[in-house]
Amino acid sequence: MITSAAIQKELDVYAIRQQFPVLNREVKGKPLVYFDNAATSQKPQSVIDALVNYYSGYNANIHRGIHTLAEEATAAFEATRDAVKQFINAAAREEIIFTRGTTESINLVAYTWGRQNIKAGDEIIISTMEHHSNIVPWQVLCEEKGAVLKVIPINDEGELLMDAYEKLLSAKTKLVSIVHVSNALGTVNPVKQIIDLAHAAGAVVMIDGAQSSVHLDIDVQKMNADFFAFSSHKLYGPTGVGVLYGKKQLLESMPVFQGGGEMIKEVSFEKTIYADLPYKFEAGTPNIAGTIVFKTALDFINTTGKTKIRAHENELLGYATGLLEQIPGLQIIGRAKEKVSLISFVVDKIHSQDIGILLDNRGIAVRTGHHCAQPLMQRCGITGTTRASFAVYNTKEEIDELIKGLHKVIKMLA
Amino acid sequence: MENQKSIAETENEIIEDFKLLDSWDEDQKYEYIIDMGKKLPELEERYKTAENIIKGCQSTVWLAADFSNGKVYFKADSNSVITKGLISMLIQVLSGRTADEIITARLDFINKIGMHSHLAQTRSNGLLSMVKQMKNYALAFKAKQTQHQ
Repeated sequence: MITSAAIQKELDVYAIRQQFPVLNREVKGKPLVYFDNAATSQKPQSVIDALVNYYSGYNANIHRGIHTLAEEATAAFEATRDAVKQFINAAAREEIIFTRGTTESINLVAYTWGRQNIKAGDEIIISTMEHHSNIVPWQVLCEEKGAVLKVIPINDEGELLMDAYEKLLSAKTKLVSIVHVSNALGTVNPVKQIIDLAHAAGAVVMIDGAQSSVHLDIDVQKMNADFFAFSSHKLYGPTGVGVLYGKKQLLESMPVFQGGGEMIKEVSFEKTIYADLPYKFEAGTPNIAGTIVFKTALDFINTTGKTKIRAHENELLGYATGLLEQIPGLQIIGRAKEKVSLISFVVDKIHSQDIGILLDNRGIAVRTGHHCAQPLMQRCGITGTTRASFAVYNTKEEIDELIKGLHKVIKMLA
Repeated sequence: MENQKSIAETENEIIEDFKLLDSWDEDQKYEYIIDMGKKLPELEERYKTAENIIKGCQSTVWLAADFSNGKVYFKADSNSVITKGLISMLIQVLSGRTADEIITARLDFINKIGMHSHLAQTRSNGLLSMVKQMKNYALAFKAKQTQHQ
């Protein structure tokens, strides 16, 4: 059925807002302006309802139950796997592993594929703009194995230096793990090119899609990523649910991550035979409710339409950038040509934390600090930024509130 | 500077100052704190050492302590002016006191002026770690004093 909303060319942001109950609340006596979407997005009523429906209608442990509730819960859980497969265009449903989030997905690869394949003297390439969760697991692995971590530098606009990347690649390179979209700068990295170059050098590639999956169309086959990780909670879904996509032959060759229930076929004290994909990597009772409801969040995105969402967000990005640039003493950090709807900035002689506290007094939620990307902050010669990140339900009026708030706050702090 | 008033009296003065502000306007409270921060003299570079740093997740605080004539004197600075204002109030209350006074100070004024959120885990400017560090200095000076006796 084609709804009237689907026919409309532009997104009706006010209709969208009505689907997000939290947007009706006040903070410190002011209407909430939520610009911390890159940390986690708010949830639509459909997601909240689906969570309640699960617990009030068919809560059960999955996969091994013979009773009706267990069958219903299992069917719903596995339906999310199919929805995720479709969302990122994976070749097979077995390639979708559920985790706690992007961080766990990256750690899973580091602990399994990494331990099996990385040897002394091997090299792993990451970039200057990685989140700590795409730095630390590789550092741990390098320390354990005597491998070397190499870092792709960036230019002053916050873009990867592709020439330098090509020079870093060699026969020693075993893995390239790169963020698709920087959480601190908003930069969209040329992942297809990065992957092709890595593959030509014989390396495996992991893409951190925590920030990209909500904004960009993801096609893991076209991209040709070996691993791709993202989290539900940044896609209007529940917290505590993440995805690791991996190419089937790679996942099959990898040793198990955690041992326990769900991931076995047969256990005896002499030997355990592991389950097939994807269950081999899903030990223990997962976040059943969250995973089931993740599908509802993906349905929300699909129904609204990613192209429309992106057009709306890009308009907000352009509008906010133009207004922020006019504020004296304010400098935008991250001026990449390809960006998602996220703006980091610093203000002369003013600490970002102070800006954050005083904006909160106006009901405006932004994120301040190093955004878990301290090496990037060091490269930019700063200790932190103020970051405003926009989602489908944000409006130009809210950006006007931010700008008005910033003028007042800067006057107070200067 | 000799602190003649008791800790409780100094705390009350701050509480009274805040009562004069419009309790509905958070900005007024922060303007007062920012003003306190701006008035606190900048710490000399020689005190801005690694060992004097109290590192929060976001802002950095430098805290130094001296002990003379049985009293503890604090000096501090921060790269966040709001944090600096909060420390300035702590210094006003705690500096120039005996170690025992500092150790037993309850610092109720922080709650009473509505700044308790800065003591919470969620606020990463670490007012709590500042208080802890000030008390640690007092404990250390007290231990040293007892040794010498």
